[in-house]
Amino acid sequence: MSQRENPPSWAHVGRHAAFPQAAHDDTARFDFLANLNGFLAGSLSPRVREAYEQEVRPAYEREHGQPPENRHQVRRAMAGNSTFALWSALRRGSMEMRQQAGRSLVLHQLDALIEASAELNADSPRLLLDPSVEVPRYARAVDIHCMPGGYHTELVDDDVSAAANYDCGIFATTGGMLGRLNDGGGQALVQWLRQSHPEFAPRRVLDIGCTIGHNIVPVALAFPAAEVIAVDVAAPMLRYGHARARALGANNITFRQANAESLDYPDGHFDLITTAMFWHETSATAMPRMLREIHRLLADGGLTVHLEQPQYAGMDPYEQFIRDWDAYNNNEPFWSVMHEYDLPAMMASAGFDPATYFETRMAGVVDRDIFPVASSGGEDFGRAALWTAFGARKP
Amino acid sequence: MLGQANRRAKGKRPWFFNDPDVERVLNITMVLAMEHAVTRQRLDALERLIEAKGLLTRNELDAFTPDADAEAERTRWMKTYIARVLRIVAQSSEAASDAERAAEPAMDDLINQLRGESPT
Repeated sequence: MSQRENPPSWAHVGRHAAFPQAAHDDTARFDFLANLNGFLAGSLSPRVREAYEQEVRPAYEREHGQPPENRHQVRRAMAGNSTFALWSALRRGSMEMRQQAGRSLVLHQLDALIEASAELNADSPRLLLDPSVEVPRYARAVDIHCMPGGYHTELVDDDVSAAANYDCGIFATTGGMLGRLNDGGGQALVQWLRQSHPEFAPRRVLDIGCTIGHNIVPVALAFPAAEVIAVDVAAPMLRYGHARARALGANNITFRQANAESLDYPDGHFDLITTAMFWHETSATAMPRMLREIHRLLADGGLTVHLEQPQYAGMDPYEQFIRDWDAYNNNEPFWSVMHEYDLPAMMASAGFDPATYFETRMAGVVDRDIFPVASSGGEDFGRAALWTAFGARKP
Repeated sequence: MLGQANRRAKGKRPWFFNDPDVERVLNITMVLAMEHAVTRQRLDALERLIEAKGLLTRNELDAFTPDADAEAERTRWMKTYIARVLRIVAQSSEAASDAERAAEPAMDDLINQLRGESPT
């Protein structure tokens, strides 16, 4: 039985001073959802592939004389399949249940959460909000991964509800595989830096699209002498992220509300520029602009690393189709576009020397507090803790 | 503020079943499954705590056998519960023939009949 099918109880989620209060029934609700997701990924998803291999693909071949050549043909052929329909209905329903559980938990105690963040943020020069920063259209067109109100909606002044909801639910959605603090990406990045670039000691670090800062905190803690800037367009995320970072002892991060297409820092200002699970939530216009801005901001000898799900090139049509599910069914529309991109070409267009482009896989750092035995879990098409990344250096 | 927890996510919702009404019922059912699970887990916690306090063991609970009076009460409860859950089935098949049910006028016909009656 893989780890995915035995998720740790939500009772083990890391609770910092900005985190929502929760009791037995809240925990049980998230435990149901984590185990439901484990069932859908571990037990029912293989049946969907079987339905494709045994029913849908043969039928397609009989009709068209050849199997589906791309994920769009697979998707259209699978649309009428009852196994796929049931799995999809349950998966989408599960996400909506998770959002409702998180939001109801958070909204029930919103005043206390706002106060907790405000206390942690009091008089800090490291929280720089700017109401003039517009939320880009790509972040407003749909509510990304079914979060009602998206990352940016403020229901009241000083609202942190979108962020607290994000923070409490992700442990259930990922079966705890990102660790107690949901910072598996950042932990993997730190480990990779130590192993692959052991001499690297950035003076200034930039994280783009930081949301609640869960991935930048491990980096900031690993380089305590560094000045870390974390930017996002969404105020609730920054407010809560700054409070959370302080609660976790990371006092070298400035959380700044800004659009990374154009940042107010000089050329070559940063030695390390990172993103984690960010690009697939942007747009065809924004991504190249931000990559050019990253090139401008990166110092000579600097490194830029981006944790993202792997690109589709080289995967069979079914695997691409099932990875595309979130694009079509979980409000992640740019995902389908972004994962087709020729990343080396995009980085070259942004000004990076193609010889410095790299892709790598980073091992997740298993949180021994919740997974005391060695990890042996497989992938869940986007939600497992095995990190792919791409990046480049400036010579 | 509590109404906010039920807000939908902006973006056209995909429906996967041929009949979205059935999919809506599936969604309601899954929430009930979740809430039932929460209740069972709470019961489990209660049992563990009661046992830990030395009041009652779980073996005693598992071995519980009602006396005749209690059995009768529990059977009455069970029958009432099933009738309540399957109300729609009972009502749909209530003793009245298909012909009698078909003879019941459509409500807008009945409304029109009543509108046409002269006041008494």
